[in-house]
Amino acid sequence: MWDYLKLVVFGLFAVGAAIAANYAHDTAYLVNAITVMLAAGIAFLVVLRGIGEPKFINKNEYMDDVIRAGVIATAMWGVVGFTVGVFIASQLAWPWLNYEALQGMGNFGRLRPLHTSAVIFAFGGNALIMSAFYVVQRTSATRLWGGNLAWFVFWGWQLVIVLAAAGYVLGGTQSREYAEPVWYVDLLITVVWVAFLAVFAGTLMKRKEPHIYVANWFYLAFIITIAMLHLVNNMAIPVSIFGSQSVQVTSGVQDAMIQWWYGHNAVGFFLTAGFLGMMYYFVPKQAERPVFSYKLSIIHFWALIFLYIWAGPHHLHYTALPDWAQTLGMVMSIILWMPSWGGMINGLMTLSGAWDKLRTDPVIRMMVVSVGFYGMSTFEGPMMAIKAVNSLSHYTDWTIGHVHSGALGWNGMITFGALYFLTPRLWNRSGLYSLKLVSWHFWLATIGIVLYASAMWVSGIMEGLMWREVDANGYLVNAFADTVAAKYPMYVVRALGGGLYLTGGVIMCYNLWMTVRAQPSRVTSHSVVPAE
Amino acid sequence: MDTYSFLRQFADSWAMLSILLTFLGVIVYVFRPGSRSMHDEAANSIFRNDTKPADGESPKAHVKEA
Repeated sequence: MWDYLKLVVFGLFAVGAAIAANYAHDTAYLVNAITVMLAAGIAFLVVLRGIGEPKFINKNEYMDDVIRAGVIATAMWGVVGFTVGVFIASQLAWPWLNYEALQGMGNFGRLRPLHTSAVIFAFGGNALIMSAFYVVQRTSATRLWGGNLAWFVFWGWQLVIVLAAAGYVLGGTQSREYAEPVWYVDLLITVVWVAFLAVFAGTLMKRKEPHIYVANWFYLAFIITIAMLHLVNNMAIPVSIFGSQSVQVTSGVQDAMIQWWYGHNAVGFFLTAGFLGMMYYFVPKQAERPVFSYKLSIIHFWALIFLYIWAGPHHLHYTALPDWAQTLGMVMSIILWMPSWGGMINGLMTLSGAWDKLRTDPVIRMMVVSVGFYGMSTFEGPMMAIKAVNSLSHYTDWTIGHVHSGALGWNGMITFGALYFLTPRLWNRSGLYSLKLVSWHFWLATIGIVLYASAMWVSGIMEGLMWREVDANGYLVNAFADTVAAKYPMYVVRALGGGLYLTGGVIMCYNLWMTVRAQPSRVTSHSVVPAE
Repeated sequence: MDTYSFLRQFADSWAMLSILLTFLGVIVYVFRPGSRSMHDEAANSIFRNDTKPADGESPKAHVKEA
């Protein structure tokens, strides 16, 4: 019965997308419509071939196949996103890389959202979805709720990524930073996200553990808040149902405030709350000790939830935004320092009594450095939100350096740690292929981040000082082009740092691949129970 | 009073107070006497049910494993 309904839906979407492609007003819409047609067609065929086959679900097993797919997707999108990042960093250092033949598609302006979305939503998003599915099953001691709905979440999210990426390169964008996907992609995101919430909450509801472990609280806050942010920030009316352009409902300073309320809370709930969920599960698991203080983790959670949502206005210092709102954003950003460091201390102190593991286990080293970068960027962020500091740092490379110490250091490293943790377990292997390669990855990534962040500090502060420098008569000393020329050495160092980070990512992929290919299975007394 | 002024005043008075009180309530609740055993139990819950779901329908199914 359900299968026939699915056939009807996928069939309608395939035919509808074909018709839409025929009437398309712009190239981005045309390519996206053809992509949707192919995806719906493939889904139709898969369902059709499976009709009538007996469906067997082993309730005594976790649903791990969708998580395995998520691990592969995370590693793959990670390398793709890092590669685009290294390329656009090189474009900034050597502008001739904006090839004439690729004008309008391969230049910096088109590739930059491709990079940010690939690393945040493709790499980070897949890491969050797959780790959420892993953690919620283990801590609830029950199989994922909703059967194949988890697969819909996985494939739906990949489709979102492909549609958004193709759109950016061809000019389909809302021009809202970190919310560039156009209106029909936003609709797909909404449907996939509701399915994600249903799978996650459904699993929590049928849990067999009495208590909901704190990692799940962070994941749930992440899912719900992102849903709210996405809906409010994407209130737009399409110009035509056959075109990618839309008009935003709000305008002016209200629109700017909504955009940065979204933008900063995407950092707060996508890149912080969700990844804290990973920290609260994977760090204790890898250290083989319970979290330092469970009480602190609960206070950390509620403090973060109550405070983060107010910090957005610090993106609009010295703009048309009312002064009181700017000050509110500044004050709340500074207060936010406390729960952030509470969480950092909780993560680091989980290793108390097991610090020797840092010497022997490169995976835990990666996680600890990740939490360290979390602490560093959550100190730097509140400082940059202070209006006086912001008057120097805003619009400079310092901001880019700050974002990358958080994204490469905190989000990247904790995800690598989780991937190294998950791969042997999900494929039932006795251990990682090579710890030496993990060490290589660790050092390449760490040195890469240090080069990146320090280059951007120097470049950003220099640029900020040059912009405000005036001579005795009150005239500006530097033209904008002077600052661009002065930044060249720092841009080269930045591209080099990114290159090291990318190399580490490639080494990780090889290591994970060989773990699955070449490592012996775990010796087990029972088909699925490891001998721990 | 127009909507903006009303919401503005409500936000920095009653709404803020209720958020603050809720947060203080959370802290008091977390440190209530007798919560330690529950928190220890929750913190250690990640070390069981690693490879397969708990069997049986009872919410305390892990007890026989632990």
